Amino acid sequence: MTLADQKAAVAEASESFIDNELGATVTEAAQAVLEDSTERGGGIRMQHVDKIYPGAASKALDDFNLDIKPGEMVVLLGGSGCGKSTALRALAGLEDIQAGRILVGGQDVTATPVNKRNMAMVSQAYSLFPHMTALQNVEFGLEVRGMKKAERRRIAMEKLELVGLTDQAGKYTQQMSGGQQQRVALARALAISPRVLLLDEPLSALDAKVRVQLRDEIRRIQLETGTTTVFVTHDQEEALAVADRIGVMNHGRIEQIAAPQDLYQRPATEYVATFIGLTNRLPGGSNGSEAVVFGQRVPLLEGSKQGPLVAVLVRPEALTLTPAETNTSNVGEHARVETIHFLGALVRVDTVISSGEWQRWNGGEQLRVTVQLPASELPAGLAIGSDVVVAPRAVPALAV
Amino acid sequence: MAVNPETAHRTVGAANPPQLRAIRLRRQRIFKAIVLTLTLLFLFIPLASMLLFTVRHPLSGQWSLAPWQAIFTGNGESLGADLTVLWEGLGSSLLLCVVTVVIMLVLMVPTMVIVHIRSRRLERAIEWVATLPLTIPAIVLVVGLGPIYRWLSADVFSTDPVWLCFAYVVLVMPFAFRSIAVGLNSIDVKTLVEASRSLGASWPRVFFRVIIPNLWQSILSASFISIAVVLGEYTVASLLGRMNLQVALYQLGQSNSQVSTAMSLLALMFGVILLVALDLISTAMRTSKEGK
Ligand SMILES: Nc1ncnc2c1ncn2[C@@H]1O[C@H](COP(=O)(O)OP(=O)(O)O)[C@@H](O)[C@H]1O
Ligand SMILES: [Mg+2]
Repeated sequence: MTLADQKAAVAEASESFIDNELGATVTEAAQAVLEDSTERGGGIRMQHVDKIYPGAASKALDDFNLDIKPGEMVVLLGGSGCGKSTALRALAGLEDIQAGRILVGGQDVTATPVNKRNMAMVSQAYSLFPHMTALQNVEFGLEVRGMKKAERRRIAMEKLELVGLTDQAGKYTQQMSGGQQQRVALARALAISPRVLLLDEPLSALDAKVRVQLRDEIRRIQLETGTTTVFVTHDQEEALAVADRIGVMNHGRIEQIAAPQDLYQRPATEYVATFIGLTNRLPGGSNGSEAVVFGQRVPLLEGSKQGPLVAVLVRPEALTLTPAETNTSNVGEHARVETIHFLGALVRVDTVISSGEWQRWNGGEQLRVTVQLPASELPAGLAIGSDVVVAPRAVPALAV
Repeated sequence: MAVNPETAHRTVGAANPPQLRAIRLRRQRIFKAIVLTLTLLFLFIPLASMLLFTVRHPLSGQWSLAPWQAIFTGNGESLGADLTVLWEGLGSSLLLCVVTVVIMLVLMVPTMVIVHIRSRRLERAIEWVATLPLTIPAIVLVVGLGPIYRWLSADVFSTDPVWLCFAYVVLVMPFAFRSIAVGLNSIDVKTLVEASRSLGASWPRVFFRVIIPNLWQSILSASFISIAVVLGEYTVASLLGRMNLQVALYQLGQSNSQVSTAMSLLALMFGVILLVALDLISTAMRTSKEGK
């Protein structure tokens, strides 16, 4: 554990202490002390940020809050137009905000111009300076800082090596592939040792193979350099692959921010549950802490809805599937197999619930249930059209 | 089923035997050559006539290089022509070129860059305004400029022809605007500005170190076109009673039309050389970046 990590941990502990134990009684002074401790950790904090674009009907950022610990990689994930880029640009200082404040290491930088924030950005659009070579591009930020030529050349070469492009140092933009350009842009951003590295869908314009390769490389470099990073993407797979924490955005704010695992297993809202991974919407009765779905008792996550008939969000792997003829359990619902997808070690089986009762509940549409199980547990002789019984396992789920 | 006539045509064309296609290609080539020749003739016959006129006296029919000698030696006495007015006009036109280009660049480049980044709507408005001088005849322009220049020369500056630069900036605006707009649209200015700003660059540095180097070609072409316009300008200078190259040429033409025509040819050549140089420079710049 580095010193910075320790400080961050202390800051976080003290923060949660104040938040939980004292709640509303916390004084301005205590808040100041708290911010001071975050400062020494060098964290980033966006508080109650509102952004309204001129002429826009709704807020692009609506009471947006985000805390980032030093050295952490936070991914902002969400559909197109939910405000991811705006959040990043507000943090960078490229967009002015109408309300709220932005703190870097406890210092209020809300009014600080872009070029004084020491944050570097890599965007989806290729942004290398076309009149400079790769090396000159990487040197640019250091040149701006008045560094001597020899010194900045050394650092620039070091960063090019980090992204594996030393042999391209003398090339111009037009002579490089999209992936190479984004690597150079990354090296250029890292060269200034930014307080935060801001990545706005840096891989969107690249083809699939390069995208995966570069994404893993970004994560490796981020861990190696310990650079605090905010990564924006609409691709959940990308988010799950690189993030320490993922903030799922919707309508200009973060709906839930948590480690990938937590986000998947303990979604706070339906939006989060459906955005990350597959989920089934099954009918059930809920008392707020437990639900009964297809006769099976299912523990509920915090924030679940209460009611005689609610929708319970059940992951495909939290369901069991038994052929109807061998079924001995009295829980579960009869269904017909529609398709079987072999995914290597796993199998995904799409089924349609046979009972018309649930079709009515589902707004007249057939109620489809997707089950995922290890290939080794696939019942022998299962085929399209087979009659099966599906039932949930007792895995915590969210009722909405 | 409806058949798209265009695709149908293409299919037939593709099915043609290669000989037929070769014949059609040859016919096209001949047609192109004829059009090119006619155009070049149309352009060059007047020039050739001018050249002929300078070396062959229109009345006596005598061949002589005297007008050219007069220009290059700077002595027109043998022809009975006073060349001082020519030098005066040339001097003020060259000075006007420089001043006009400087004012035009200082005025237009930053404005266009800022507007390009900030507001598409304002950019269109500026485009409209910048194109106006093209649609207003110079003579109408002078009606408006007359009183202003009377006031300028009497109360603010002098009657020196260099103050024509303000009117000339207006005249070159449509051409300069076009050139610079082409450059701005060929690069992603907003992204480049944001990248350099977030890397810590101040606005002046962004402007001089990032934008200008990428607009270099457009700036060059805007300047050259402006120079060509200023060198060829007659109406405004003449109607406002200021001396410039074209006015001098006209006056000289009254006493010695041969020298005047020779000088016009030279001015024209200068313009052509400028434009060719522009083309060469931009090609060289492009290849140096794309080649090995
Ligand atoms: N320059 C702008 N002017 C007006 N509205 C904008 C501008 N940029 C973004 N928006 C709007 O703000 C919202 C959030 O945009 P953005 O942050 O770019 O979303 P994302 O990056 O998540 O796709 C969208 O509704 C978008 O239309
Ligand atoms: Mg975006």
